[in-house]
Amino acid sequence: MKKIVCRCEDITEEDIIKAIDEGYTDLEELRKKLRIGMGPCQGRVCIQLVIRIIEDYTGKKLSKVSYPNPRPPIIPVSLGTLASDKHEKKG
Amino acid sequence: MKKKADVVVIGGGVNGCAIAYNLAKKGLDVALIEKKYLSSGATGCCGAGIRQQWSTKENVELAIKSVKIFEKLSDELKEDIEFRQGGYLIIIHNDKEMEQAKENVRMQKSLGLTVDILQPDQIIDIVSILDIKGMKAIGATFCPKDGHANPFKTTFAYAKAAKSFGASVYTHTKVTGIQTEKKSITEVNTDKGKIKTSIVVNSAGVWSKQIAEMVGITLPNKPYRKEIMATERLKPIFDAMVISFKDGIYFSQQKEGQIVGGIPIPEEISGYHTAPTVSFLEHMSKTLTSYAPCLKHVNLLRHWTGFYDVTPDARPILGEVEKLNGFIQCNGFSGHGFMLCPMVARILTDYIADNKSTQILEKLNLERFKGKNFDKEVYIVG
Ligand SMILES: Cc1cc2nc3c(=O)[nH]c(=O)nc-3n(C[C@H](O)[C@H](O)[C@H](O)COP(=O)(O)OP(=O)(O)OC[C@H]3O[C@@H](n4cnc5c(N)ncnc54)[C@H](O)[C@@H]3O)c2cc1C
Ligand code: FES
Repeated sequence: MKKIVCRCEDITEEDIIKAIDEGYTDLEELRKKLRIGMGPCQGRVCIQLVIRIIEDYTGKKLSKVSYPNPRPPIIPVSLGTLASDKHEKKG
Repeated sequence: MKKKADVVVIGGGVNGCAIAYNLAKKGLDVALIEKKYLSSGATGCCGAGIRQQWSTKENVELAIKSVKIFEKLSDELKEDIEFRQGGYLIIIHNDKEMEQAKENVRMQKSLGLTVDILQPDQIIDIVSILDIKGMKAIGATFCPKDGHANPFKTTFAYAKAAKSFGASVYTHTKVTGIQTEKKSITEVNTDKGKIKTSIVVNSAGVWSKQIAEMVGITLPNKPYRKEIMATERLKPIFDAMVISFKDGIYFSQQKEGQIVGGIPIPEEISGYHTAPTVSFLEHMSKTLTSYAPCLKHVNLLRHWTGFYDVTPDARPILGEVEKLNGFIQCNGFSGHGFMLCPMVARILTDYIADNKSTQILEKLNLERFKGKNFDKEVYIVG
């Protein structure tokens, strides 16, 4: 049975282990290769799971500082809403 | 870590990895040093657009030759780098821009590029969601062979191929010093050990200035923070990258369906701060929805920053410096270092491995800034 790890980008545990085997053992490298954490939830659902898979599989402890930050605007916002913002600069 | 190498390449961005690959393929013993992970610099946050329509001859030539390499690169590196050619559509807003476009199209065509000037109604044939009035467009130029590739996959593919030819790649290893004797390099110091070498390639992106300072050489490069955003995924709508020099905007739809684009931040200053700004979001969304009103309903998902490594003429610094033998520059790409990388790596490899110089290398040497007269590249976005 396939285990989905990143629901937004449809990435399975198998995909991750395959990439680790290919030498992508860094969280950021995996993220960029597989697009894990780049979906609408920005990894809030999947990143902790991915970290556990890397740590279990490689036996390596990941340092907390290397965890990716969610990037603004935290929740999806429509371009129309952003464009109609009233905070115009003066002058 | 190995004790010595023919060449030490500093920086695991697309340029460092491409040079390591080309050198290793020629049989040189190469060590590549990257302080974080591969593509952690500008390469990992870039738009990865590939454009051949430039205002200076050297950039057009480098880009045309790079595209020739990109077209076969997936086969060469045995890894899909997702190269595709949807073209670049450059919006023209006024007569002055039109004059400049005509002149540049003439120059680009003389170098063999397929590029045309389009009327407003022809713009819609290329990208149907554009609003001619909203963009205030009077025309456009279009090169169908411009395009895009996946920057991570390209970098990883170069690195993997480099390793297969015997290059050593050290990630999470930082260069801390370069030892010299008289006018020559003797050793590179890192936080994980030392490597004896006589040739160093400085492809450390926006940090190249600091690397050069280690040997007392001052580069004129300045870091400029740039912001870029991605929307949710949509079904395929358009293939071309749309850009405007007047508004500074660029945007395209990626393979997965998201629209990725950027624009200069109005109050931008040079420096190393990284936090994304609200004013970018506002400026970007306003300009983008004036270009393509139907995108109003599309959600913006992510927004991040990266750096342009900008030189006084907005062109890269390439080749050996006069003051120190074997110190090779490959930096100062000023926001277009992904697209030029395949050819730049070959030119530098020919120089290092076979002592072959080219006109481009001489034109783009650091020493050009001694004079006051250098051609400035003006076709810049983002
Ligand atoms: C928002 C944005 C959009 C862009 N869009 C495009 C585009 O559409 N098309 C295009 O062609 N270009 C684009 N660019 C420019 C492009 O990203 C860069 O020119 C290119 O990626 C530079 O690659 P590089 O390998 O030279 O440098 P980088 O990718 O910056 O790599 C330099 C590496 O050196 C490492 N390093 C630094 N100091 C040290 C040290 N002391 N020891 C060891 N390692 C070190 C860094 O960690 C880094 O990984 C864009 C840039 C940005 C910021
Ligand atoms: S589950 Fe991975 S990004 Fe949402």
